[in-house]
Amino acid sequence: MRVRADRDRCCGSGNCVMTVPDVFDQDDAEGLVLVRLAEVPAALREGVRQAAELCPAAAIEVEEDQA
Amino acid sequence: MPGTTATDLPSFPFPELNDNPFDPLAYQERLPEQGPITRVALPTGGWAWLLTQLADVREVLRSPAFSADIMKPGFPLLRPLPAQRDARDRAGVFIRMDPPEHGRYRRMLTPEFMIKSVRRLEPLIQRTVEGFLDDMIAAGPPADLVASFALPVPSLVICHLLGVPYDDHDFFQSRSRVLLSNTTSVADAQAAADELQDYLSRLVTAKERDGGDDLLGRLVAHRLRDGQLTHDEAIGMALLLLVAGHETTANMIGLSTLVLLRHREQFEALGVDPGRAPALVEELLRYLTIVRSGLPRIAVEDAVVGGQQIRAGEGVIALLPAANRDEAVFVDADRFDVDRGGQHHVAFGFGVHQCIGQPLARTELRIALAALAQRLPTLRLAVPPDEVAVRPSFIHGLQKLPVTW
Repeated sequence: MRVRADRDRCCGSGNCVMTVPDVFDQDDAEGLVLVRLAEVPAALREGVRQAAELCPAAAIEVEEDQA
Repeated sequence: MPGTTATDLPSFPFPELNDNPFDPLAYQERLPEQGPITRVALPTGGWAWLLTQLADVREVLRSPAFSADIMKPGFPLLRPLPAQRDARDRAGVFIRMDPPEHGRYRRMLTPEFMIKSVRRLEPLIQRTVEGFLDDMIAAGPPADLVASFALPVPSLVICHLLGVPYDDHDFFQSRSRVLLSNTTSVADAQAAADELQDYLSRLVTAKERDGGDDLLGRLVAHRLRDGQLTHDEAIGMALLLLVAGHETTANMIGLSTLVLLRHREQFEALGVDPGRAPALVEELLRYLTIVRSGLPRIAVEDAVVGGQQIRAGEGVIALLPAANRDEAVFVDADRFDVDRGGQHHVAFGFGVHQCIGQPLARTELRIALAALAQRLPTLRLAVPPDEVAVRPSFIHGLQKLPVTW
């Protein structure tokens, strides 16, 4: 699974950082999303799906592995 | 439905039910059986679509087809707009702006409320909580938990964060309360807003002169000095944060305590294991959803929401408390269930306007409730439950919470 975040859409609510702090962070200048792990390890995938679902600005895009 | 006049429609907002402060309005009983999206009459005349399903609420609050700008003709207002006198009334009030204008202001503040920034405030929050508990315990029992704990904790914290003197809290608490009360006249609301703006104007001027290691000081130093922000815009932003920063969290602390006293096992478990606080706080946010009258928006282009055609120029109200009790999403939604994992609630709203202070609110609630359960395990109501009264306000809360221990 790969994850991308759109910083133009991001509103800095921090839901993703709360949900999966190993994958998401916010920068100090604008408080906007940073992806720490673009390639998501198996153990964190459910959290990343939830973070995408919770994102109020629809700024997180998840690309699932092909079956 | 077309052709129905506003007078035939149920009146919104629905009255609070004083006998059950947890019930998110008996709205289902008030609406004709027409499905989840129906029309309601507004106190300012006209009507709006009322959205009660979580999916519809999320869709509208995240859609560029809907605007938060209350100046747009036809915007669904619960209180008439005061006559516009000068630009100061709107400057910096970014909760009423749409992207991209909105983002310019919000991004000046987001770093202040990030989880990692709020984490640095935790020792202050802990000290504040313990301090007010010490005072309450020394003076009582009994005590009014709202006046001695629920209100002063967030008030002191937001003062510290913003750089507003806490000694002035009586002044800005009383004016905020007038502003947020749903029984306030337009003239009184305007007078309260004027006084708060004048107060904050003097404060911003003082920060321009003296600086300050606080949010307003940083806003002045980094944004105002180099022309990114005007004096009036700084006032507008400070006003939003000051009003939103204490009343909301204060009401949540009071109501949450009442819920926990009715679910004693949860209160006791929290006292033994403060690690239960995060899940507890999420369920309290969902269950209580204090922004009772929801979030108004106006359609700026035609849209279809939940199968309903909504035309450009029509108003909608995203009824957050109803969405958070949506049975299609939250099983047995009226039940308080800490283990349900209901993080996808919309208690903080949704879309780009979702509460900027949510990490701060969550942290304050967690620390305040855990400390209360640890320090006062025998806490109980000092009056019969039916004497605990709610406050008439756009933000749901208790007048008083008489407790003993």
